[in-house]
Amino acid sequence: MTVYAPPGQPGSPAKYAGRYDNFIGGEWVPPVKGQYFENPTPITGQTFTEVARGTAEDIELALDAAQGAAPGWGRTSATDRSAVLLKIADRMEQHLETLAVAETWDNGKPVRETLAADIPLAIDHFRYFAAAIRAQEGSIGELDDQTVAYHFHEPLGVVGQIIPWNFPILMATWKLAPALAAGNAVVLKPAEQTPASILVLMELVADLLPPGVVNVVNGFGVEAGKPLASSPRVAKVAFTGETTTGRLIMQYASQNIKPVTLELGGKSPNIFLEDVARARDEFYDKTLEGFTMFALNQGEVCTCPSRALIQESIYDQFIADAVQRTEAVVQGNPLDTGTMIGAQASNDQLEKILSYIDIGQQEGAKILTGGERVHLGGDLAGGYYVQPTIFEGENRMRIFQEEIFGPVVSVTRFTDIDDAVKIANDTLYGLGAGVWTRDLHAAYHLGRAIQAGRVWTNCYHLYPAHAAFGGYKQSGIGRENHKMMLEHYQQTKNLLVSYSPRRLGFF
Amino acid sequence: MASFSRVAVTPQAADLLRRLRAEHGPLMFHQSGGCCDGSSPMCYPLGEFVTGPSDVLLGSLEIDGGPERVDGTVPVWMSVAQFEYWSHTHLTIDVVPGRGGGFSLEAPLGVRFLIRSRMLTDEEMAGLGMA
Repeated sequence: MTVYAPPGQPGSPAKYAGRYDNFIGGEWVPPVKGQYFENPTPITGQTFTEVARGTAEDIELALDAAQGAAPGWGRTSATDRSAVLLKIADRMEQHLETLAVAETWDNGKPVRETLAADIPLAIDHFRYFAAAIRAQEGSIGELDDQTVAYHFHEPLGVVGQIIPWNFPILMATWKLAPALAAGNAVVLKPAEQTPASILVLMELVADLLPPGVVNVVNGFGVEAGKPLASSPRVAKVAFTGETTTGRLIMQYASQNIKPVTLELGGKSPNIFLEDVARARDEFYDKTLEGFTMFALNQGEVCTCPSRALIQESIYDQFIADAVQRTEAVVQGNPLDTGTMIGAQASNDQLEKILSYIDIGQQEGAKILTGGERVHLGGDLAGGYYVQPTIFEGENRMRIFQEEIFGPVVSVTRFTDIDDAVKIANDTLYGLGAGVWTRDLHAAYHLGRAIQAGRVWTNCYHLYPAHAAFGGYKQSGIGRENHKMMLEHYQQTKNLLVSYSPRRLGFF
Repeated sequence: MASFSRVAVTPQAADLLRRLRAEHGPLMFHQSGGCCDGSSPMCYPLGEFVTGPSDVLLGSLEIDGGPERVDGTVPVWMSVAQFEYWSHTHLTIDVVPGRGGGFSLEAPLGVRFLIRSRMLTDEEMAGLGMA
């Protein structure tokens, strides 16, 4: 067990500067209007750095830099771009602890997750797209013996990316790696809740990238995100967030006739069939861990398994075991590697979670465990902590229909597989789902019947590169985390070539 | 005859709306769903967010007065699909200290609009034509 010192303290692997400017054209550039905003850590509620409060003027500077860099970057060979991505991955690996502790401090998540998941996954993601771009090929269509259609992949040019706060470095990487591999220049706007850890990453890798290929402008959504999303100078916008902003970004994109990719969240069902309880074995233990995954990252995951559907015949025993497993989750200092659940990312998220715990009870749902804010003492007294909470209720209730984005799971019963499918699909969203069973026929049937882009089967919350991730229904448009994402960042150029010397004969 | 509404606003949130209106002009809300800052109300300049047949107007907040002496209402919208699951609850727009939230106008002020909910009473349900 290790307890890391906070960034900047003696012995800590991470250190934050007192102030950060925007990263534009390979340099640290003060915001045009000279304003900065304070960035608190949700672990203590205390400000630890201040960050540029970018505006439309800074976005324009970043777009200038990106437009200057895009043609040259787009012409580099796939081999060269791949090599840059591999170097970024190596550099991140050399500084894994630094990035993990910096990420925990900015976001509030436990360092055991950033050490074992966030940062290693981000490193692997760069390597995956370094490989994918080397292996990508265009195509040739032989239309007849003298006419050939060649299809080339070309970069879009300059793309805008708006990053969420729940996995700041990993979500930035999900967007950056394919865009860079495909030969685009990027203007990236981190979330204002977590603006700083991405800048630690940029400090580490700045020398590996040609100036202007990656530009980071911080600021508030309305002041910096909107000018980026609505700019006619970006060829595409990628956004992870919620539905209203997703619609607004589509609206801006429609005005400029630009494509978007959107990842807008879900209300993912996690389904436990009766056969999981046939034996109290290793698999049953794994199943209970699968239930408890709602608390991973404090529930701040778009695919949080926030609805648990348990077959009626095993309900009482299974939920008793699940409550026990949930109550064993260790809450405390996120910088302690023994801590399993850390702080919610911001005060307003904390308030939102508590407001949903309130309406859940008003609707008649029963709290089986948790349900309260946690006040940790000492330095953590000002942090934003919530108990892992299990509600028992009905799928029509709002706590079953809205993404609370906290460590809250809503549990209900189902009778048979058809009933499970019906409840699982009774939602506006379709991002993730989980199926737990020893019956492979049931697993396959459920997996195909659930309207969601990702159905984890006998696992949950795995995010390896090379498994496509994205939503059905209102959960969004596009698929990240897979080589198919390259095409979301590319144009198709068709050369239609005649090798015949003969005229057609029309004129 | 009693009039019934689905939405209300706290005095603190109303004060914030007056301040935002002085800076940005007439305002609107659209209730979000989904990831991250979802399940929260988004405040925009009126007309910034295009509503259509896939939205329902929950009500209009009467926000009169304020230093700029502009009178007027703030419409509160939600998607029809989301309303299917929310229609039995009354919503009060409040404000808390916070950090960011999509492109909502209040975020740079270090505060965030928040929805507080309660169940509609039987009388309110009847009055709103939902009995």
